[in-house]
Amino acid sequence: MTNEAIPNLTAFDEAALDQAFGVVGQQARNNAASLDSPEAAEAFRLRWFGRKQGLLNEISSRWLNSAPPEFKKPVGERFKKLKELVERLLHEATGAGPSDAALAAESIDITLPGTRRLTGAEHPITRTLNEITQVFAALGYSVGVGPEVETDYYNFESMNFPPDHPARDTQDTLVVAGQERRPLRDRLLLRTHTSPVQMRTMELQPPPVRIIIPGKIHRNDAADATHSPIFHQVEGLCVDTNITFSDLKGTLDHAMKALFGSAVKTRFFPSFFPFTEPSADLQISCIFCGGKGCRKCKHSGWIELLGCGMVDPAVFAFAAEKQAAYDAKKISGFAFGMGADRIAMMKYGVSEMGQFFAGDMRFLGQFA
Amino acid sequence: MKILTKWLRAYLPGLPVDDARLAEDLTLRGIAVEGVFDLGGGNGSLYETDITTNRVDAMNHYGVAREAAAIYGLRLAGLDFALPEARAAAGPFPVRIEAQDACGRFTARVLRGIAIGDSRDWFAGAEVATYFGLLEQKQISNAVDATNFAWLAMGQPTHVFDLDKIEGGIVVRRARKGERLKTLDGVERTLDAEDLVVADHAKPLGLAGVMGGWDTMITPATTNVLVEAAWFEPMAVRRTARRHGLHTDASHRFERGADFHAAPVASALVSKILLANGGWIEGELVDVRVAELEARTANRKPVALALSEVRRILGKTVDEEGITAATVEGVLTALGCTLAEFAGVASEADAAWLVSLPSWRLDLEREIDLIEEVARVYGYNRFANTLPEFGEGVRALPWAESETAVRRTLLAAGFHEAIASTFCSAAEAALTAPQPGLTVPLGNPLSEEAGVLRPSLVPGMLGMIAGNLHRDVSDVRLFELGTVFSGTTEKVEERAAVAFGAVGSLPEQGPLHPARAIDFHDVKGAVEQVLARFQARGVYFDRFPAEAGLTPGWLHPYRAARVAVEGATVGWFGQLHPREAAARKLKEPVLVGELYLDRLYKLPLRKPIAREISRFQPVRRDFSLVLDESIGWEKIDQALAGLQIPELVEWRVREVFRDARLGAGEYSLLLGATFQAADRTLREEELKSFQERVVEAVGKAGARLRS
Repeated sequence: MTNEAIPNLTAFDEAALDQAFGVVGQQARNNAASLDSPEAAEAFRLRWFGRKQGLLNEISSRWLNSAPPEFKKPVGERFKKLKELVERLLHEATGAGPSDAALAAESIDITLPGTRRLTGAEHPITRTLNEITQVFAALGYSVGVGPEVETDYYNFESMNFPPDHPARDTQDTLVVAGQERRPLRDRLLLRTHTSPVQMRTMELQPPPVRIIIPGKIHRNDAADATHSPIFHQVEGLCVDTNITFSDLKGTLDHAMKALFGSAVKTRFFPSFFPFTEPSADLQISCIFCGGKGCRKCKHSGWIELLGCGMVDPAVFAFAAEKQAAYDAKKISGFAFGMGADRIAMMKYGVSEMGQFFAGDMRFLGQFA
Repeated sequence: MKILTKWLRAYLPGLPVDDARLAEDLTLRGIAVEGVFDLGGGNGSLYETDITTNRVDAMNHYGVAREAAAIYGLRLAGLDFALPEARAAAGPFPVRIEAQDACGRFTARVLRGIAIGDSRDWFAGAEVATYFGLLEQKQISNAVDATNFAWLAMGQPTHVFDLDKIEGGIVVRRARKGERLKTLDGVERTLDAEDLVVADHAKPLGLAGVMGGWDTMITPATTNVLVEAAWFEPMAVRRTARRHGLHTDASHRFERGADFHAAPVASALVSKILLANGGWIEGELVDVRVAELEARTANRKPVALALSEVRRILGKTVDEEGITAATVEGVLTALGCTLAEFAGVASEADAAWLVSLPSWRLDLEREIDLIEEVARVYGYNRFANTLPEFGEGVRALPWAESETAVRRTLLAAGFHEAIASTFCSAAEAALTAPQPGLTVPLGNPLSEEAGVLRPSLVPGMLGMIAGNLHRDVSDVRLFELGTVFSGTTEKVEERAAVAFGAVGSLPEQGPLHPARAIDFHDVKGAVEQVLARFQARGVYFDRFPAEAGLTPGWLHPYRAARVAVEGATVGWFGQLHPREAAARKLKEPVLVGELYLDRLYKLPLRKPIAREISRFQPVRRDFSLVLDESIGWEKIDQALAGLQIPELVEWRVREVFRDARLGAGEYSLLLGATFQAADRTLREEELKSFQERVVEAVGKAGARLRS
């Protein structure tokens, strides 16, 4: 780049101005013609736009500032055009960016794996509990909770398991030490189901009730592939005037379709639970084979999923001790309970229940 | 329980369906047939059934046949066992029921000249050899097999005694404390004053309704037999059985309620089978009944049932017609109920009945029980799927949002969520309980290692970390949200907590960046992020001198911090105490901690509020400080905060390093400070003054500028 001086401006008539700006413009074009590197482009930028020694500044101070007031306008207009020209030349020179060779030198191996940040995974049981509660939230159910250490009254008696009743045999209960001398109803145990929260909720609130109760429960069971002393249940309770068995069926049919897909079919069987009457077991068409029969459904096409039924009037009678509105002649309701661990096993293809409670990073990481 | 369709069909002449269809129809009505096995050779099928505990009446062939009869509207064959004429006896065999609260009926029949031998198909309705063969039921002798046959046929327990070993007659009474009895299982038992026994005039003969006695059992030498068929009260049998740790077919049935009227029928069946091999009856059947128990069971009061109530509970059916009076009458009559219609009913919708209940269905007591029977036999799947009306708005639990915030923050920080055991050992509880001594033991723990309700989530977390390391998973980051327990065996308190643990490298091994070991400050960062979700003032971390004994025993006393919010402890974290690490064979440094969420959940969640972002240029200045090892960052931090310069918008430690050119016990800290005004560009003079004030403040805190 040659370093030509800015000519002195001796006259301000149009011709003189055109002449002077023409010379400077040509200088800029000449300069720009040899811009073949980023360094050269930077030198060009400094030469013309530099704050202290830039040519545009010099022209501005020498030509524009010294112009008599009546000539400021024609000088200004020409200066503006010159500036635009230089800007365009600079943009043309730099807009093309670095050469391909320069870029090639910066090549990286994009086939190397990406650097991943570990994203924590929600536990599959938490995820399942949330999925279930959300389905019922959409049907107007609030979440209810209760303690994991319960009294015999809430876990058994108020759920219509009379003392010494054989129905208690089916629930091997873990008990807190030193309860033998206490009255039966006060004895502390690890709740064997989330059903006691039904009673705790009804005691606090008159009907209508629509609650969904996710929670951890315990039984004195030996651990194997499908059993664990620790497991999780989601209980539901709906009490109002005019709640019917067909409402129970419709609600659960909807919920099963929401959880397992709209193609899922449901069917109901008579069953027995002390706290519901009529009681039912619900089966869904096998989610693995679509009902054709496979190993998972023992070739029946159906999978047993939950227990349910109409709330037994005896349970309402216990609730009515605290809330008189639970009069079985005026209100009715249904309840249901499902094992969240089993559902999680089905939904996520888990074969050993113990994996849920081992904290194995390799297992948990799959749910991220 | 195993059921033969060949046997069922004997009671169901004209059954119109095949075995597969019958299984399906029974299952849909609550008699769950879980397996159907073709026996071949015209022998029908074997059903594997699973019948709920309330339907003890259906745990036998006649009971299942009764259900089928109700489903298909068939007439059930009667159980009628005509016995030969009895020979006269000197007098009735003496039977006395002393325990009138516990034994409702006792029948006794004397058979003499009996020949004990093998079982055969004795007569139509007593195909003992055939049915036992198909059921793979072991044949013992005609006497024992006769009682087993009656059990399988009609679910009525019976017992046969060697008559010659009975002294005097039968007394059903409570045992005398300390009385001894050898039962059929060969066990010598010492009886309790509450045990119910069948005794003779000298000694107990058997545990009533549970198990017979050894000394009066049938032997090949037996020629004279007493056949017992009785009705015992459920609770009395249950208590006796439980006390002796026994659960027999007989106790199972009596505990759940036997059929009061079945005893003479079963007695006749057993007697007829025995007599088929020779011998005769002596005297008439002795049948002693307790009126009060009979009134409470076989003759219990009829139950009122209204069609409107049936419809109120059951709702809509797929079929337009719905449940009609005819449906109710048809179902209940087929099940053995007798219906008397209330007079003066104006319309079908007002139909109502007084329903007399069958003696074999003690589970039927109330109107709702009858409604269930109607629904069950009508078919659950014939009801429509309807939805209730919307009730009310959904309310969230007060802490739901906070719990979600904690979970999401830890997930985002790269911790996997885990769920550990609710239990720990007494030693672990003692080590980790925030309130030592207030731990709650279990009465029947799964194992000694699980003997106590966890007072802290730390034992579970350490167990899971150890599990991973022992499986050669070297990078571990876990958290658990769970309940911890404290208190006494009288009153247990439950609190929400979160534990977290980490070991290994950060980030995970990659090709481009070297991994480094995760350390205390990585975990502290996660804790800070959790705390930042809450609207809390006065959050700080501190530690106590080892001799103060305030640091939990599971933590390294010099690499642990207490987390405090507004003066209250909300948790502890740090490096696992090397002693505990060694005890668990953990070679790598383990970082572990716990936050008491019940305390955090009392704080509101922080609500983000946007602030104007200054459009004026920020100016960064670095200060290279030299500090004594005893002076921590906190001092410098506080000194800068104390300046209260609004333009000092941010400061942080850029680097901490130690080198030989520093004095002994000194270290160097590079402090980066950023100045920015909201309303102007800062002038040189201002900046200079700020810098001087920073230097002065950190100087007072004990730092000097590195030259």
